[in-house]
Amino acid sequence: MKTSRRVACAVLLLVLGVSLCAKLVAPAGYARQYREAADAPPSRQHWLGTDEIGRDRFARVLYGTRLSLLLAPAAALLSTLMAAVIGGLAGYLGGIFQRAAMTVTDLFLSLPWLFLLITVRALLPLNVSPLVSVLTTFLILGMLGWTSAARVLCASAASLRNSDFLRQARASGIPGARLFWIHVLPNLKPVLLAQFWISIPIFILSEANLGILGLGVAEPMPSWGSLLKELEGLVSVGEEPWKFVPLVLLVAVVTSFQLIVSKQEEFAV
Amino acid sequence: MTTLTVSRALPNLVLCLCLGLLTPSAFAQGELRFCLRSEPKTFDPLQVQDDASVAIRYLTGGTLVRMNRQSQVLEPELAQAWKVSKDGKQITFKLRSGISFSDGTPFSAEDVAYTVQRLMDPSLHSPTGDAFRSGPGNVQTKILSPTQISITFPAPVAGLDRQFDQVAIMSSKSTKKEMAVLGPFMVADYNPGATVLLKRNPNYWKTDEQGRRLPYLDSIRLDIQPNRDIEMLRFKRNEIDLINSLDSEYFDKLASGSPQLVHDAGPSLDSEQMWFNQVAKAPLPGYKKAWFRSAVFRRAISDAINRGDLAKLVFRGHAQPAVGPFSPANRFWFNAKLKPPVYSPDAALTCLQTEGFRFDNGTLKDRGGNAVVFSIITNSGNKYRERMATMIQQDLQRIGIQVRVVTLDFPSLIERMTQSFDYEAILLGLTNVALDPNEEMNVWLSSSENHQWNPQEKTPETPWEAEIDRLMRLQSASSDPKKRKEAFDRVQEIVVEQAPFIFLVNRNALSASSSSVHGLTPVILAPQTYWNAERLSVGIMEAQSRP
Amino acid sequence: MLGRKIARHSVAIVGTALLGGLLSATMVRLAPGFDTDEAQIDSHLNSGSLRALREARSQQNNILVFYLHSLKRASQGDLGSSLTLHQPVSKLLRERAPLTIQLIGVALVVSWVGAMTMALSAAGLRLETYDAIATVLSGILLCLPAAVLGLLSVLWNTPAALAVAAIVFPRDFRYARNLLGRAYSMPHIITARAKGLHELRILFWHVIPVACPQLLALAGVSVSLAIGAAIPIEALCGLAGIGQLAWQAALARDLPLLVNITVLVTLVTLLANTAADLIGSMVGSEPA
Repeated sequence: MKTSRRVACAVLLLVLGVSLCAKLVAPAGYARQYREAADAPPSRQHWLGTDEIGRDRFARVLYGTRLSLLLAPAAALLSTLMAAVIGGLAGYLGGIFQRAAMTVTDLFLSLPWLFLLITVRALLPLNVSPLVSVLTTFLILGMLGWTSAARVLCASAASLRNSDFLRQARASGIPGARLFWIHVLPNLKPVLLAQFWISIPIFILSEANLGILGLGVAEPMPSWGSLLKELEGLVSVGEEPWKFVPLVLLVAVVTSFQLIVSKQEEFAV
Repeated sequence: MTTLTVSRALPNLVLCLCLGLLTPSAFAQGELRFCLRSEPKTFDPLQVQDDASVAIRYLTGGTLVRMNRQSQVLEPELAQAWKVSKDGKQITFKLRSGISFSDGTPFSAEDVAYTVQRLMDPSLHSPTGDAFRSGPGNVQTKILSPTQISITFPAPVAGLDRQFDQVAIMSSKSTKKEMAVLGPFMVADYNPGATVLLKRNPNYWKTDEQGRRLPYLDSIRLDIQPNRDIEMLRFKRNEIDLINSLDSEYFDKLASGSPQLVHDAGPSLDSEQMWFNQVAKAPLPGYKKAWFRSAVFRRAISDAINRGDLAKLVFRGHAQPAVGPFSPANRFWFNAKLKPPVYSPDAALTCLQTEGFRFDNGTLKDRGGNAVVFSIITNSGNKYRERMATMIQQDLQRIGIQVRVVTLDFPSLIERMTQSFDYEAILLGLTNVALDPNEEMNVWLSSSENHQWNPQEKTPETPWEAEIDRLMRLQSASSDPKKRKEAFDRVQEIVVEQAPFIFLVNRNALSASSSSVHGLTPVILAPQTYWNAERLSVGIMEAQSRP
Repeated sequence: MLGRKIARHSVAIVGTALLGGLLSATMVRLAPGFDTDEAQIDSHLNSGSLRALREARSQQNNILVFYLHSLKRASQGDLGSSLTLHQPVSKLLRERAPLTIQLIGVALVVSWVGAMTMALSAAGLRLETYDAIATVLSGILLCLPAAVLGLLSVLWNTPAALAVAAIVFPRDFRYARNLLGRAYSMPHIITARAKGLHELRILFWHVIPVACPQLLALAGVSVSLAIGAAIPIEALCGLAGIGQLAWQAALARDLPLLVNITVLVTLVTLLANTAADLIGSMVGSEPA
């Protein structure tokens, strides 16, 4: 496990490091259109070729990584915290709180949130900067992505509610809030870690899908999600394997995250 | 000499005999399969609006006259002959006799009268009917005999006979209503969300030159498939036979492997264009409205866009830089005197400087010192438009203009475009089905709701819009093709000068068809590939290859 | 006691589903583009027809009136008519439900069996390599856009249910793996193992009872995950199910259809989760 964890850390650091040095590694930038060399295969000038309008794919992957690698985990953290508070507290308190919180969760799971997002887009000005747009998108994703985890967490917390050690802790006069933070939350760690890990790729992909509503990363800025969208033209991608690089990179990053957090999980036990 | 002729003729004779033996079995069966890209919203031919319903109407509906999609000439169908009155208000049709609807109900002038009355019923709100509505009043139909009818409109209708290309005749007596048809096929089965199955109409009246009953095909299966990647995948797997309006990247991919499967019929009537918001009450700052209402500004933007690159990169060369409102593919109406657009950022900058703009440190600023920044919205999911917008973004950056590209879902875009007017520029395409400029009256008249850059003007807000109004009305009221052409040529010139629409490219009509489909001659007019559906056949190759 | 509990739950479920319908109607109404129609930019239509088009849409402008009216009709068995497909909503739902039920059912079984098998073996065997392979596999599935999974299912001619299962599987697997991993690392299970208790006995007597309530909650949530996954897959693969219907309705702002689908989805979600809760409270009353 040590080796795999080391490899995972190295992969993450490498990806993050290279993407942060994108300016040095890919000086042309992500937006420049080499129109005379559009849709070119990999070459010495363009390591991963160029896209349909001649932008360097390698530079786009690097800049996209920068953005997605910082924002997706942040949004995942937000959703994990919300799940912990809502699901964990509901399960811990039980009774009417639990029923109310779970009803709200179920409603959240079933409502067509698409329309809320469309409304959010309408409220933002059209000339909003790409950064504000993408920050808003990840914020919304973080705020909507807690539901599934909350239900599992609620079940976990509810089963802890009547456990012996909590009874003893309560009997010894530890206040409820402290009890929740010190004794309940750490026991919910497996679910929280799973939620965090799952959310990262889901949010990265969702960001690209929100592009259809005018949210997410605006042209010409790249994101992993928008690069992965290219895979949807699978019929042609099959003949151009270099288009799979964003996917490989995302899988590598997500797996590395998991390998690191699974170690954390073992420590937590 | 004679011997030589015989020796040459002999193999041909054998071939003909073989083909003759093969042909009946090949023509007697076959199912053509292709995809509709959306759910048909109606089977009622008079209420048709969406592309899927238009396709079904084309394949099932019998019309009095039909525009030959290849020659662009109007040809007789259910009407043997017709005559338009000099004032352009009345048309008299002489109908064929002995024809029946698909359910066996006989066809007569009564059905034409019924169809026209229903079509022009104001409560039906038929888009096809609206095209005939050139003035207030009711339409009058007069049945002169079972095979003769005259139809009188309250006001002259330009290109009156051509408009009947879109009118599928319905039966006045049949209980099956719109399901009783006069076209080569009829709807046999509809599985919402999945397929529409068309079967040959057993009562179809047409025969080919050899006297064989048309259509050759037994059936057409239309699969509802909005995803183009899957459509392509299924074509490659031989699960469908045709792709209409093929994407240019798939065209190239297919062409590299099997060039015989793809067809590029040249520039189509469709155009891609952008326009600025010129609505006075739009929620935009005053200085932006001033830019957008300035013809100099709009022309400069037009000059600064590299249309050649758009055609070359976005459409991989399967498009032509657009010259004006009509594509050169519209042989009669296109104004050949218009000069092709020239890409010149320098000329654009010089032009802008005359209007008080200045290029300052890489940023273009107006008289008031405001940096020129605007957003272009386009509909999401259309990668070509997204790419065009991104290329325009870079083109305009060269003259110091910062453009933000925003993709929106279609209903949101339409709301901004038609109700809230909360937009700066829009990039959209116009699918042109008809050739006649009269069909675009609602786009060019300043009072119209579809006068997109500034709808519903009470009175024309600019002299050039007043001039366009006058010329469009003039061409509409006239039945003299020459006069009409002169008037519309001038409209095209004004539109290019004033650039309310900045026309970008005309896409080529690309299609793909499997080698087992016979009789295909793809054209630029919709429906490109199956315009002669009744003469298409499938499966002859299979018959030949069978041991 | 159980009867009363079920009755109380039923009332809560129906109430929540109706609230879901109202909320979704409000969201659709407030979102821009509600009263627009693609036909509005058809240049053939004259102003009279355009006005008629707008008026047809504006009938639903007052959302409360619309909803109360719909409820009244629904109580008489009429769910209204789709604005875009011009067919009764009840007919559309009835025709399309079997396909979606089958799709989701198969996907749930496949994903759940796959996830549990892999999670149990990963947590139980504690083989690092196996765990890593399982993590990478689920990672790949998690990173593939739903559209790509749908395309792959068409490309490889596999049932679409597998694509839905591929979306649900990694989520189920990760939660289950972590929950079981935690259960396996509890002191009493470690002791049992040290004492040489049979693995199956440990699994069924000690691990499952501990993780049961959470796993049941996960099973309940999986239903909503599968419904969510069925929407893009059905829309992409051209499957005429409720997911495709929901997609079309959302794009066209088809209010009657959307509200009914939301109520239906809320009902299914609530039923699945309530059932999971009820079973969980009966089975897993033993504290961890």
